This record gives sequence, structure tokens and C-alpha cells, in this order.
Amino acid sequence: MAVARSELGSPGRQALRMFLRNRAAVFGLVLLSGIVLMTLFGSFFYDQDPTRIMARPLQGPGEDGAPAFGTDYLGRDVLAGVVNGGSTSLTVALVAVFLVVVIGVTIGALAGYYGGWIDTLLMRFTEVFQVLPALLFAMVIVALFEPSTRTVAIAIGLASWPGTARLTRAEFLRLKNLEFVKAARAIGASDFRIIWRVIFPNALPPLIVSITLIMGAAILFESGLAFLGLSDPNAQSWGQMIGLNRQTFLNGWWTVTFPGLAIFSTVLSFSLIGDGLQDAFNPKLRGR
Amino acid sequence: MSAGTPLVEVRDLCKHFPVGAGATVHAVENVSLQVGRGETLAVVGESGCGKSTLAHTMIRLHEPTSGQVVLDGVDISGLGNRALREHRAKMQIIFQDPFASLDPRRPVGRAVAEPLLIHKIAKGPDADEQVADLFTRVGLEPDMMRQFPHQFSGGQRQRVCIARALATRPELVIADEAVSALDVSIQAQVINLMMELQSELGLSYLFISHDLAVVERMSHRVAVMYLGQIVEIGPRSAIFENPEHSYTQRLLDAVPIADPRARRDRPLLTDEIPSPVWAAGTSPERVELREVAPGHLVAAEG
Repeated sequence: MAVARSELGSPGRQALRMFLRNRAAVFGLVLLSGIVLMTLFGSFFYDQDPTRIMARPLQGPGEDGAPAFGTDYLGRDVLAGVVNGGSTSLTVALVAVFLVVVIGVTIGALAGYYGGWIDTLLMRFTEVFQVLPALLFAMVIVALFEPSTRTVAIAIGLASWPGTARLTRAEFLRLKNLEFVKAARAIGASDFRIIWRVIFPNALPPLIVSITLIMGAAILFESGLAFLGLSDPNAQSWGQMIGLNRQTFLNGWWTVTFPGLAIFSTVLSFSLIGDGLQDAFNPKLRGR
Repeated sequence: MSAGTPLVEVRDLCKHFPVGAGATVHAVENVSLQVGRGETLAVVGESGCGKSTLAHTMIRLHEPTSGQVVLDGVDISGLGNRALREHRAKMQIIFQDPFASLDPRRPVGRAVAEPLLIHKIAKGPDADEQVADLFTRVGLEPDMMRQFPHQFSGGQRQRVCIARALATRPELVIADEAVSALDVSIQAQVINLMMELQSELGLSYLFISHDLAVVERMSHRVAVMYLGQIVEIGPRSAIFENPEHSYTQRLLDAVPIADPRARRDRPLLTDEIPSPVWAAGTSPERVELREVAPGHLVAAEG
């Protein structure tokens, strides 16, 4: 039987093919890979201590004896900060998104699948979190506990899951009445199996897109908290660098521009990847 | 009907859905019927008359509002979740839309293997072998097992659905408009397949359809549903040759005849179907069936 090339393979494989044909998305993926590689291995190639005062303060790039990205208001190496600051940002974002997925998907799946009073209860609970201003809520948590990397990650996670819960619930509501789900029930599949083996895999595409975008948002969130001084003082991060230099940056644009560019590139890469995934999962665009 | 007790006996089954405040859809209202072993009972009626809801309620995809469904001597309408799951092996369903009834992210072989795994009938290579057998039985190549639903035509997908329904070796198979979405030529193939399987495996079918030509070919007995109730039930020949109820007569008149010289000029059914929505506390009048010939029951009209 003649089958078009785009018809071949599993839905996941088709999505991958679509994604790789999207130039912006591939650029995002390359950019993100670069940032991750820099964060993981950058300090081997540029082994300056980002916390050490190594030269005169506020020396611009290219000035005599200054490092490539200049020095900050205390005379610390900005390039070393950019290279090392990513690990805090990315770790916080990863842990926060992990929490978002665990809480959001579980609550959304149970609410959407069971409906009735379970849905009402879980959704009212979700709304309580949703109506809290996220930044304020996270600030309160960080202020109440010690401002460690872990606290910041948990705070961002707790402030960010309601959207994922609502999206998961909506997908479950849409999928649970489809015939292949009814067929699974008619076969005798347990609720657990129907939720996690039948519905959840089919709810994944929009969730993956949304989670990619939440990754970017979490990095921005972490930067915002760090800018406001709510971060582990011992763990340098891009947002913290901008926050600490905000008094003096008119005298040294490089102190905030380079960490800012790092944040911008990371968030941009997640956005491009998210957009690319969105298109890749859209069956209407397939085969083009 | 075959000798002995019927395989399925439905007694006074009701399924009501609440709509808004104080109103209820009486989708299935006091339906009683029996399906004998190896028998095909067709349920016919226009869209919205409750035939699919009846099918889904019988196998508890919907919870019945009241009434009983006795399958093989066991009242499944009152079973708890765990016991019900075990009994699901005996009754399977084939849905109307072969494009919606298979998980798009799962190779079809795994869809057919799933009931085997759930009911611990087979696993591993043994399950693969049984799936291959089932594929052969429904006229598919066993090496199609690894393909995904979107790589199949509608008729092939429906064959996959039949294979999945047969995996647990059920006694009752409910075909909910199982061929309505297929081309006429493919319809004939799938119907022939279903009839072959019936004679090989001794299956009982509850065949939901609005296509009277298909029903006439498939069924042993026919039940006519109107507004959630059965208005006439009897052997196929009695329903098609000697319809007693005015609704059955009008339903049969609506079947187009290809020969223009043979056209009848009885009036067609053009009026809207009355609403099955009733205010809380009220309900439709219960239809009493009387026997006009052996096994041929008709609702009194007035």
C-alpha cells in the first residue's frame, strides 16, 4: 500500500520531524543547548571565581586589564558571573517546573477525570492559589523561610501550578468522553490505567508546550525574585547580578546587560522551542 | 430464540440524565428485552431515540438509573467496580466511529493486546501470538500489528476494533452503529465478517442501527425504539413483513426503494420527534406491550 512519507511512524516521530523542519524552533534548541553547555562546562574553560574581587570596580569591557565583560560595582568579573549564574537559574526553574508538573497534572487529571464534587473541591483549591498574586505569594514564602535556592524553587513551583492544573483538567474533560477511552473502560481497564496510560499520553502535547513556556517563565520569575534580593546570597544568579548592580548600572551598562542577555536568550530559547512544539503537535500542519 | 435461558436479560432498564434545574432527559425508559445465545437482536430507531444510550447503559458505560441487566445469570447492574471489571470480559462493544475508537498514540497490536493483559488471559509472546491470531481471524495481516491507527482505512480500523472486542472471548458483542460510518461496499464486508464470527464463535450481538437494510440482513429479531421505549419487538420477518405499530410502519416506509415504479405513496415521517425532556417528578406514560403473535410484542396505541 502506498503511504505518504509524512504518514509513517508513530505520532511522536511525526512531531519530531515537524519540529526539526521549523528553523526558529531548531535555533531555540541550539541556543538552549549552548546555554546549558555553558552552565555545565563553562567554568572549566573560564575558571574565574565569580565572587572574587579581581580588579577595579566598574571597568568596561576592553579597558586595560579588564575581563571580557568588564567588572561589576565591587570589581567582580561579569563574564564569570554570566558563566556560573546560569546553574542557579536553571536549577531553580527545573525544580519549580517539576513541582508544577507533579501538583498541576495530578490535580488537573483527578478533577477532569472524576468530575462532580472531586472536581469542584480541587478546582476551588486551585483557584485559591490562582487568585494569589504569584510574585507576592512567592516573596512571602521566601521571606518566611531562609532564602535558599531550594526555597526559591519551591516558592516558584507553588505559585505557578494552577495554570497547568486547569490545562490538564481541560484536556481530560475533552478526552475522557472520546470513544477510545470508553473502549478502554469497556475492556475493563482500571481508573488508574485509563488516567495514566490512555488519557494522559494523549493530553501530553499541549502540556509539553505549556511546560516549555513555564520553564522560561520560571527563569524570569527567579530573576525577578533575585533582583528584589530574594535569593540565596551565596548562589550567584543572573537576576541577582542585575539586582545588585541596579544602583550603579548607569555608570557601567555591561554590569546588567550581559546577565540580562543571558536571561533573555534562555527565555527566548524556551519560547521558540515551545512554539515549535505547538506547531509540531498540530496535526493540521502536518505534511506541509 | 435458542433454547434455554437467554444470555442477556434486560428488565425495566431506565437511564435518565439531568439537564439544568428540575428537568430530566428520559433517554431510556423501562426497556425490557432478551438476547439469546448466538442470536442477533437489532435495535432500530431514529437518531436520539436512546438506542446508543441503551447499549452503553447495558454494559455500564453509563450507570443505569434503575432496572437490571442480567448477563449469564449475574445481575451486572449492581456489581461493584472490581467485580464489574471482571465481568466486562463477557461483554464487549464496537463503536460507530472507527477513527475515534482507537487510541491514536498506540500501535493497533497493542490496542488488541490490552484486553488480554488486563484480564490476564495472556502476556508476552503468548499475547503477541493471540493478537496475530485475532488479526488473521478478522482479515488483517498479522504484520500490521506495529502500525498506528492513522495508517489504516476506516474498514481496517473497524476490523481492529472487532479484533479488540473479541480478544476477551466475549459472549455478547454490542455493535453500536458499527458499520454506519463505513462505505457501503466496506459495510457489506464487515457485516459478512461479523456474521461469520457469529457462526464460528457462537456470539450474541446487540446490533444498534438505523439502517434497516443492514438490520434485515444481520438480525434474527428486531426491537424498535421510540423516545426511549421499545414500541415493537419480534422476529425479523414479523417486523419487516407485518409491522403492527404505526411508528414501525412509518420507519419502514422511510426506506428508499431504488425502483421508481415500486414507489409507495404512504406519507413519510416528517414531524419532529417529541422531546424526551420531562420536568422533575413527571415521566412519560409507560408503554404496555401486548403479544400479537408468538414472540411479537407491540405497544398499544391510543
